[in-house]
Amino acid sequence: MSNPVYARVRQNPKFHELVKKRSRLALGLSAIVLVSYYTFMMVVAFAPQVLRAPLSEESALSVGFPVGAAIIVVSWLLTGVYSHFANGEFETLNDEITRETLQ
Amino acid sequence: MSRAIGKTAGLGLGLAVVLTLALSVPALAAGGDLGAVDKQPVNVSAIAMFLAFVVMTLGITYWAASRTKSTSDFYTAGGGITGFQNGLAIAGDYMSAATLLGLSSLVFAKGYDGFVYTISFFVGWPIILFLLAERLRNLGHFTFADIASYRLDQNKIRTFAAIGSLTVVCFYLIVQMVGAGQLIKLLFGLDYNVAVVVVGVLMVVYVTFGGMIATTWVQIIKAVLLLGGGIALTFLALSRFGFSLEAIAKSAIASHKDGIKIMGPGTLLADPVSAVSLSLGLLFGTAALPHIMMRFFTVPNAKEARKSVFVASGFIGFFFLLVCILGMAAITIVGTDPQFFEGGIVGGKLIGGGNMPVMHLAKALGGDLFLGFLSAVAFATILAVVSGLALAGASAIAHDLYARVIRKGTATEREEMRVSKMASLVLGVLAVVLGIAFEKQNVAFLVGLTFGIAASVNFPVLILSMYWKGLTTRGALAGGLAGLVSAVTMVILSNAVWVVVLNNPAPIFPYEHPALFSMTLAFLVTIVVSKLDGSASAAAERVAFDDQFVRSQTGIGAAAASNH
Repeated sequence: MSNPVYARVRQNPKFHELVKKRSRLALGLSAIVLVSYYTFMMVVAFAPQVLRAPLSEESALSVGFPVGAAIIVVSWLLTGVYSHFANGEFETLNDEITRETLQ
Repeated sequence: MSRAIGKTAGLGLGLAVVLTLALSVPALAAGGDLGAVDKQPVNVSAIAMFLAFVVMTLGITYWAASRTKSTSDFYTAGGGITGFQNGLAIAGDYMSAATLLGLSSLVFAKGYDGFVYTISFFVGWPIILFLLAERLRNLGHFTFADIASYRLDQNKIRTFAAIGSLTVVCFYLIVQMVGAGQLIKLLFGLDYNVAVVVVGVLMVVYVTFGGMIATTWVQIIKAVLLLGGGIALTFLALSRFGFSLEAIAKSAIASHKDGIKIMGPGTLLADPVSAVSLSLGLLFGTAALPHIMMRFFTVPNAKEARKSVFVASGFIGFFFLLVCILGMAAITIVGTDPQFFEGGIVGGKLIGGGNMPVMHLAKALGGDLFLGFLSAVAFATILAVVSGLALAGASAIAHDLYARVIRKGTATEREEMRVSKMASLVLGVLAVVLGIAFEKQNVAFLVGLTFGIAASVNFPVLILSMYWKGLTTRGALAGGLAGLVSAVTMVILSNAVWVVVLNNPAPIFPYEHPALFSMTLAFLVTIVVSKLDGSASAAAERVAFDDQFVRSQTGIGAAAASNH
């Protein structure tokens, strides 16, 4: 009952390589974003004084501002990392699988 | 064409935040619930600039209409939007009037706590990219129901998913229309009913004639205008403080009634359960908004879908950082200037309500002309949001319910198009009627409900259908129902409805956002019922996962599907 095209893809070792590599990257990056975000939220809830501390003795800005900005900037950069690999190396692999399957 | 999706989400998120804050900061209840706002004098420059926007977008709609020939053109711009364009459109969706007004006013009122909210609005985007974007593109044709019903029962699951989408769309439309009426009354000095009708008529025109192509370009133009306005305003604000963030902070501490406390987390998020429930709702509710998901079907392939999230999150993150700077600068510039307070009493009630700091900041730094420009952008933002909603609703009615469930795929392209246009018209009329009916109502609870339903009804079936082989039709229906009932019940028992609308003394459900509980319940019920499902159809559905998995990973079969 399975579509023969899809069955052929499943037999291609490259497909399993693609799934493994891409899933590992996606899950790893998701974990980085979620763990850092929820750690941050827990610090906000349970240890706000950490974020309230001034950047330096003279400074009016607190530690919390660069930390918060870093969460935004770093998670954006990670979308760049994912796109770089998924649209580069993995996409090439994907194209090979498609070509080998449909030829 | 699904550009409008993201924008709506943004406004919704803004409203959700505002809703959460409604208790502690009543004046902030802007987007969805501006409260009683005073009609302002007619703002000529704002109306002139808005008219220019309308003329331009109607021109685009005229052009788009000539290119909207098939249902695929109508729902998804024929999949012909580039990743960059789609990214800009998603950003245009997401950076809504409520994010601009709501988040900046949060920072204005609460300092660092507002920044924490801003971050919470952002982190959903990388997750959408890593876990959803490419699978959405590879599995979906026009609607979220396409994915949910890919290997499950076409009639049951498609109907269920379409109703889930329509519920979210309708609640959200009410919120938008009421917010639009209030905001426009305030910024333009137009009558509430006039404003609601103008929004409804323009929405119907964009959607029925221009479909997704017009909606997309409305979003893109709006995103560029909002980014440009935000950058210019931030530049002006920074120039007041010698381009030093340190100087802004120092001055804000001196000007704010809470002084140094605004530099760190305060009381707003002290309760971790609320914080987690809110963030889950924002994160997964956003990902499961039908108009957001629709946006991913407008690009030709998974590669462009990924690119669009990268582009969108870059603009969104940048804009959010600007909004925080604007909020901090407003603490000094707006917060100490008697002209922006009622009766000239500094520290009293802000003219126009708690959501106005960034508008006042525009006036203080750029004069009436700049204020007019920003007001016009806010109006344009609302238009783009409701257009996306109407399109998502029309696709659920015409594609899912009419063409697939009722006609079982026998409807011709022309028939489906006609139904979708009629559906957008009906949604437009409904939006105007409900918008006027709800004028005096507190609609803030609808925001919680919208996100609660999206996260508890749509999201579990979406993610499990993509990731879990064991999902069956029975499990999906039971879990979806559990999510729906629990989310609705919890919102009714929460402060927003039980106390604010029903006038009871104390809420029974102590949190504003149900997601932590209702979403967990939906997942549990879905998984347990699926596991217990021993029917023959369930076995076939599990087997069908393997093929679906190959397509979700490789996109093989997706290109052909998007042309059907």
